[in-house]
Amino acid sequence: MNVTTRPSVSDAAVLDVARIRAEFPILGQTVRGKPLVYLDSAASAQKPRAVIDAMVGAMETQYANVHRGLHWMSERTTDAYEAARAAVARLINAADAAEVVFVRNSTEAINLVAHSFGRGVLRPGQAVVVSEMEHHSNFVPWQMLRDAHGIELRVAPITEAGELDMAALERLLGDGRVGLVAITHMSNVLGTYTPAERIARLAHAHGARVLFDGSQAVVHRRIDVHAIGADFYAFTGHKLYGPTGIGVLWGRRELLEAMPPFLGGGDMISSVSIERSTWAGVPHKFEAGTPAILEAIGLGAAVGFVEDIGYEAIAAHEASLTDHALARLAAIEGVQVIGRAQDRGGVISFTLDRAHPHDIATLLDRQGIAVRAGHHCAEPLMHRLGVSSTARASFGIYTTHAEIDALATALARVREFFA
Amino acid sequence: MFDDLRDLYQEVILDHGRRPRHARRLEVFDATAKGDNPMCGDRVQVWVHRDADGRIAETGFEARGCAISVASADLMAEVVNGRSDEDVKALAEKFRDLARTGTTDAQTDAQDEALERLRPLAGVHEFPSRVKCATLPWHALLAALQGRSEASSE
Repeated sequence: MNVTTRPSVSDAAVLDVARIRAEFPILGQTVRGKPLVYLDSAASAQKPRAVIDAMVGAMETQYANVHRGLHWMSERTTDAYEAARAAVARLINAADAAEVVFVRNSTEAINLVAHSFGRGVLRPGQAVVVSEMEHHSNFVPWQMLRDAHGIELRVAPITEAGELDMAALERLLGDGRVGLVAITHMSNVLGTYTPAERIARLAHAHGARVLFDGSQAVVHRRIDVHAIGADFYAFTGHKLYGPTGIGVLWGRRELLEAMPPFLGGGDMISSVSIERSTWAGVPHKFEAGTPAILEAIGLGAAVGFVEDIGYEAIAAHEASLTDHALARLAAIEGVQVIGRAQDRGGVISFTLDRAHPHDIATLLDRQGIAVRAGHHCAEPLMHRLGVSSTARASFGIYTTHAEIDALATALARVREFFA
Repeated sequence: MFDDLRDLYQEVILDHGRRPRHARRLEVFDATAKGDNPMCGDRVQVWVHRDADGRIAETGFEARGCAISVASADLMAEVVNGRSDEDVKALAEKFRDLARTGTTDAQTDAQDEALERLRPLAGVHEFPSRVKCATLPWHALLAALQGRSEASSE
């Protein structure tokens, strides 16, 4: 995948939304007789033609199992699979493609770390710190580790504005017993970015490693795992315009090498005898069984697609959308936006005084507008905010200002409906 | 803009969703149970007070949920008054049919005023993700009558 030979709009840092929308076949669909207004990209993003074509093309022209065939098809497929790994490594500035482990999704990436680093490296009596605004995927694996392995679980609070309370985080690190800080890089509810570099510096100063759940962040901003100072970085493919069933765990090579495998089976071994087995090197040690080959190829295409557009243009477009949406929502009586972090992106949760989020979602759906309503797999955060659920509008590279206007117009009508 | 949603949000639902008549914790009660919808975070608790014959004398509830779930709980509290457990169970089954399919056995229903009262909720059958909003209070009520503290999820 050669990104330099394709036309790019990144130089101008202006996004040609109409051209981008043309790349997403689904955006031409109508829902209930209305043009689709898809404002649920934080749950899962739509797929561009490049991803669809890469996956279909692989199935039609060069498909076989990877890493084991001595025939042309297998060699080509292995090349494509490993090229996807290299594309991901380049995207996040990994030192080495071998530091990129393919998993199913962020949940599996975090479970891998909780299992292999948590049980293999952390010792009972040590602690793991998460924050109040984690997705369940960065909460439950640590609760399981706590109960199974005698690890203390500490929870860093957020401020009233919905930002990570850095002073409180520092206090939680104070006794030097924390082995890992595992924190979201961007909240899937509040849209808050966390200050990753500061968190990493703080964690390292207290002898802890740091994992970022980048499921949301990697969609909107260029991630440089070295500049951040991360030790682990997890994200999923399907939110990054790629397919489902493929995700990424990046880890520092020396950490991955020190960790025992997660799942045992084929493709992750060096040798197997009846008495014992030895493990393959990284990353294959963590990729037991036939991997999600087509999905990895699809993710590789998604990475190419995003790089062609450029994060500068993506970030500028989404900042403009977010400002517009916050202004439009603030002008609607009864709408309350949840969270007002300084550094935030295009994920906006809100409530309406007269209607429950589910009712909002059902009414908006009638206008072809797709939003999410519920607890967003972040029940501890909902508890902290004192709400049972919120409605959430989230944006992608194909979202337009007109779609946000459509949301605002419809929301005002929702309020009238429940008058 | 939302005229076609009047089937789902009929006036009686909007009214009971906005101003529920039975939304209160009973001070004196014989049974109580909670219902949770883990998918969306909705929660309802139902309290039941029985009369000397063991029939339902009063039902109260506290709900954290949408207009559909609050209206459904409120209408439920209204129609189960004076009924035996057997009666409530039969009614709950019919209501579940109504919510899932939009209809029930017509012959029996015509005689059942209670079911007519609940019929405005039949619109949920066209919204699969919303059926549980309407049935959750009934699950909680049945759990309370059976002496369980939590409704089992479907």
